[in-house]
Formats: sequence, structure tokens, C-alpha cells
Amino acid sequence: MGKTFSEKVMGRNIGSDVVAGQIIQAQPAICMSHDNSAAISGTFRKLGVREVKHPERLAIVLDHCVPAAGPKYAQNHKTIRDFVAEQGILGFHDLNIGICHQVLPEQGYVIPGSLIVGSDSHTCTYGAFGAFSTGIGRSEAAVTWATGEIWLKVPETIRIEVTGELGAWVTAKDIALKLIGDNGADGGLYKALEFVGPIVDAMTIPSRMVLCNLAVEFGAKNGYTPADDKVEAWLKPRLSPERWEQAEFLASDPDAAYCETITMEVTGIGPQVACPHTVDNVSPVEEVAGRSVQQVFIGTCTNGRIEDFELALKILKGNQVAKGTRLLIGPASAEIYREMASNGMLIAFIDAGALIINPGCGPCLGAHEGVLADGEICLSTMNRNFKGRMGNPKGEIYLASPAVAAATALRGVITDPRAL
Amino acid sequence: MSEREIVRGKAWKYGDDINTDVIFPGKYTYTITDPAEMAAHAMEDLDPGFAKNVQPGDVIVAGKNFGCGSSREQAAFCLTANKVGAVVASSFSRIFFRNAINAGLPTIELPGIAERIEAHETVTIDLGKGTLTCKAGEFSFPPLPPEVIGIVEAGGLVAYTRQRLGCADES
Ligand code: SF4
Repeated sequence: MGKTFSEKVMGRNIGSDVVAGQIIQAQPAICMSHDNSAAISGTFRKLGVREVKHPERLAIVLDHCVPAAGPKYAQNHKTIRDFVAEQGILGFHDLNIGICHQVLPEQGYVIPGSLIVGSDSHTCTYGAFGAFSTGIGRSEAAVTWATGEIWLKVPETIRIEVTGELGAWVTAKDIALKLIGDNGADGGLYKALEFVGPIVDAMTIPSRMVLCNLAVEFGAKNGYTPADDKVEAWLKPRLSPERWEQAEFLASDPDAAYCETITMEVTGIGPQVACPHTVDNVSPVEEVAGRSVQQVFIGTCTNGRIEDFELALKILKGNQVAKGTRLLIGPASAEIYREMASNGMLIAFIDAGALIINPGCGPCLGAHEGVLADGEICLSTMNRNFKGRMGNPKGEIYLASPAVAAATALRGVITDPRAL
Repeated sequence: MSEREIVRGKAWKYGDDINTDVIFPGKYTYTITDPAEMAAHAMEDLDPGFAKNVQPGDVIVAGKNFGCGSSREQAAFCLTANKVGAVVASSFSRIFFRNAINAGLPTIELPGIAERIEAHETVTIDLGKGTLTCKAGEFSFPPLPPEVIGIVEAGGLVAYTRQRLGCADES
């Protein structure tokens, strides 16, 4: 019997054959954490060890509430900086760098074939680079810092074959929302998701990151898109030669055991919208078109990359955001922000009436920036629309692609970009 | 495993897909770390009466995919801070399941259980035997995998790791 991608990476990590269902003591190549590193360091200190076992395996990125929204957040950041200095952790990125899930691949932490854990549920994003990556809790991160190990169950794999042809304005986001809408937010519970097929092969790396990022909204442990020469072209220049040498492109065997296969024929599907307050409450955009919104947000680790802003500008460039609607633009990282500054995108957004916010999570978790007033509605490119997610349980959030977001900002009501 | 073996308390019933944002609001995740304060905000956006009235040993009963959403472990710790005895659900989100184990909070997966338990009735769970008793009868559930039961028995991952690393018990 052949092996799945996840079985292969986990087996490689512990140096022996593993099968789905088995529990292993993994030794993650990287353990990522963000603003929650202060809390993790508190738990770490309770463990009775003085030093992080493998400081070179830590990556800490300040991104969730940057710059600090108040004294408590500021103290939280300071606690992290102090801990990093005390432990000699080199993999620290302060608040000017961007969102962890964009920063980790950009800064060379993600190596194909490696096993990565992160104290954030969207750690599953790095499956787009041929890594096995999954989210863990804070205590587990503290224990991983102390011992270098974590218990993980080898997941079964759902194979998702995406076939057909994508229509105008239809993106990876729409495919993921449709998958979650059709099968429920728990459709992939505990499982690994493997996205395959000609459409996935043709996708850019950022689009594949969208699919893997949203794997957790389907309940999955990790997401994976087959690694190819696009991954090599994207990653190699960002990795030192020594790190690149550790890369191994692992793929599922043709006779690997899948627990389920989902075939998605996407010909004819249009843009999708997840309605309040669950990610699986999905409707085709035309069914919800016309609802008025007060805020539109394009950004986050889901859709805050150059191709997302390019798509939005196809609609917004030379036009004006509707009166009474606020458009927030949040580049996912400093690298992306820089490119937008040099290629004219920032100016185009400013001229369209958008507000550019600093790279980081921004309005996505409702701690600061872009909090909704009671009864307000936001259409966002982020990955969650739970009640209270944007800081106010009396607000409502719709999720969609950057194309739907831009069309909606232009009209001030939820708008099908195909109808413009 | 000793006094942890039997859990007995009132059932707090909730629906499907209860997410971590309503169990413990994201806006507090970087500002509240004190267990008593965490306890006071448990289930705030879903059931404002919960934190005020929950008693030690009470049991949360829910439908499928309990704890979906963010990886925040306060969603488990705000429940242990209220001395919740166990969470019983048709299924759990993966990260919540891990966080609960790591917090020493027993999680019991029993498909369809929410339909069999009435709100506020008394539920008795024998973790050792793997049985849950309520008005509708006795139900069996598979015990946790042996690799992780030690963590729950130790009272959570921190205590378990301290034991493993040979540190004296925290008082
Ligand atoms: S952008 Fe949103 S979903 Fe992504 S890491 Fe930040 S808070 Fe989480």
C-alpha cells in the first residue's frame, strides 16, 4: 500500500514508517508563534526548564495587534522581546514585518518535506509549499519549546479533485468557500486535505496558499497542494543553500489510501459568499447581491497578496469607493507592502478612496483597526465570519474573494463582479 | 486517576458548530490571563448567564464540531477555570480537542448525544468505565487513546510534562 503525503512527511520526521491513525512524537523543524508568545513564555516558565531546547527552531512574528492598541498589548510585545533576548532566539520578527503565515515562507522558514507546527490555526497554509504544517495550542507550543517534541496523530487524507474550467472572476477563494458550503464546516474534521487536478496545478503559489489556508475552516488538520517547480521558483531564492538542501519534494503515491475523494467540477460556478455567522453558510454571490455594507476589507493571510490587490484594482482603478462605504486595504507583509509602493498599487488604492493599513492582522481579529459599530456589516476577504470576530458581536461579516470585495466597495452593496 | 474518574453535574446544552469566538471572545485573548477573569468571560457572546451560574462538575453538551475556529486554548482553560467537569459533543474541532486534553478537561465524543440529554438534567460520566448516564439511559464511549490519557490523568500537559521532565509538582 502506498503512502499519502502526510504519512510521508511525518514518517520522514521521525525516521520510520507511519500510517494514518498512529500517534507519533514529532520533532517539528519549526514551531511558530506570534503575539501569543508572551502567554507561551509564561507557560514555558511553569515547566521548570530554563532554556528553550532548540532556539533555532523557533519563529516568532509580532503581527496580531501591531502597533500595540493599548498598554496591555504594548506590555505583551515587550514581554516577548525580553524573552527573545534572554533565550537568544534569532528567528524573531518585530511588528514591521507582516502576518506570520506570509512571513514564514517569505523569510525562509518553510522547507518542502518539513514538519511545522504553529500556535495559530492557519498554520496549515504552508501545505502550499510541500510542508506538513498544522496549528497547535499555546501549552503545546510551550512544551515544544521545552522538549523539542509534540504528540501528533497521523491524519487520514481526503483527496479533493478540482476539475473543469474557472469562470470569469472566480478564484481559489470561491473554490474553497464552495467546498466548505457544500460539505459543512466539519466536512474535513481531523483530516488532511490534498487538493489535486489541473486547476490546482495551474494555480499560482498565492492561490494555492488560499486553498491550504482555508483547510482549517473545513475542520482539517492540514492542507496540501502538490509541490512543483513553481514552489521551487518561489522558495529557492528565499532560502540559504544549506536550508534548500534539506528540501524534499514528497507526494502521495498513486496507490495511497484516501479515506474519501471529493470531486469538484467547477465549470459554471460563480463567485461565492459566506454569510453571517459561519463559514459554511455559503451562497452564490447573485443570491445576496444588493445587501448594503458599511465596510469592505481586503487583506489578511487569506487574501492580502499582490494578485489579490491586482484583481481588486481591475475593478477599482480609476473609480471611487461608494459614498458611505469604507474600504480598508491590508497588505499581508512588508514585502508585499513594499512592492505595492513601488508598482503604483498604493497610489491607485488611495486615489480610489481606500484607507491603507499597516501590514499585519489588523481588523481580522477585532482587537483594533476596523472594529464594526452595532448593526454594521462588513464584507471581508478574511477566513472567518464568526459573531464578534471583528470586535463587535452586533456586527455582521460576509466573506468573499477580492473581486467581490472590490465590486462591493465600488457599489456600496454586495455586488457580483460579473454584473459590473 | 482518582476523583477525576466520576464527573457529575448539570447539563449546559448548546448547538452545532459552537466556535471559540463565542466560547472565549478574541478581544480578550491578549489582555486576560488570570484564570478567575477568564472564567468570568466564558461563553459570554453565546450565553451570558453561563459564567455566573455554572457549578463545579457541570457538563457542557453540544452538537457537532464543538470548538471550531481559532486555536486559542483559553476556550478550554476558561471552562476548566469554571471547573467544568467534561464536554460531551457529537464531534470536536481538532484543535479544541487537543487544547482540552492539554488543559486536563475530559472530552467525550458521542455522536447524536445532544438529542438524548435534556437541558439542565443531571449527567453522570464514568471516565474509567467509559459510560455516560442521563435520563435517556446509559451510553458507552470509547476511552481516549492510551498515548493521551496520561495527559488528562496528570491534570493537563503542563503537569504531565513536569512529571516527564522530573520536576517536582507545582503546588
Ligand atoms: S490575518 Fe487573521 S486569520 Fe490570519 S493570522 Fe492574522 S488574525 Fe489569524
